[in-house]
Amino acid sequence: MTRAYQWLLPHPFLTLLLAVVWTLLQNDVSAGMVVFGIILGIIIPRMTSIWWPDTPKGFRLGKMMSYSLIVMWDILVANIQVAWIVISVPNAKLKPAWIVVPLDLVQPEAITMLAGTITLTPGTVSADLSSGGHSLLVHVLHTDEPDAVLDEIKTRYERRLKEIFQ
Amino acid sequence: MSMEIIGTYAVAILLLIGSGFVAVGVIGLLKFNDSMTRLHAPTKVGTVGIGALLLASIGHSFLLGDSSMHELLIMGFLFVTAPISANFIAKVNIHLGACETPPPPPRDKTWSTLDVAVEDTQS
Repeated sequence: MTRAYQWLLPHPFLTLLLAVVWTLLQNDVSAGMVVFGIILGIIIPRMTSIWWPDTPKGFRLGKMMSYSLIVMWDILVANIQVAWIVISVPNAKLKPAWIVVPLDLVQPEAITMLAGTITLTPGTVSADLSSGGHSLLVHVLHTDEPDAVLDEIKTRYERRLKEIFQ
Repeated sequence: MSMEIIGTYAVAILLLIGSGFVAVGVIGLLKFNDSMTRLHAPTKVGTVGIGALLLASIGHSFLLGDSSMHELLIMGFLFVTAPISANFIAKVNIHLGACETPPPPPRDKTWSTLDVAVEDTQS
């Protein structure tokens, strides 16, 4: 039973995501289209499963939801801060800095999400990964204390991502 | 005040907020003088700017009684792809030496962008 399940749904969340995206694309919720979306959601992950060898083992959807809410709030707040920096800080007083974030995360999916989160929250851009994938290079637009930014990334985002991907 | 008037005002305010943020993004792009800091303004201020414009679009279509959900997809795809383009621009900057050289990573040899095979650099 579990093997049949794994054969049919190698990536259950991808299936769900594809079905939702398909329904949204139709712009109209009807039973037929939802069923077709689910069919697509089963066929596409099945056909592309060669390119997804490692499914992330544990993935907590509930924690993911609260994480996205936190990130959205941060994007909003930080956007206003960056807009203020853009308008009010003259070029000569701007203090950009590189920050090196040592990573505790190992799964590529988790590191991708962390890098994406860092880029989306304004004021920081994730620029590069070290050759072995153990640290992340982050560029900060304007900061007086780079260590505080590093601390925020570690405690606010990375710790939560570690709980999501176990 | 009827729902329609409230909705119209909400859409108008969202449009104003959105275009305000986009304008700030453009100002940042023009104002900063180094390519790495210049990257910051448009990639992010743009996300909320366009987000607000899309929210206005959703609200407008609801007001017309013809609900549209495509905007949510646009937002989703935008949030997924924006970091990728920013990351690539940053990589190009590091490659070209258009910014300060980043500090070396603590555990690995170097950054993956700078990790170029010797024969590639000599061509």
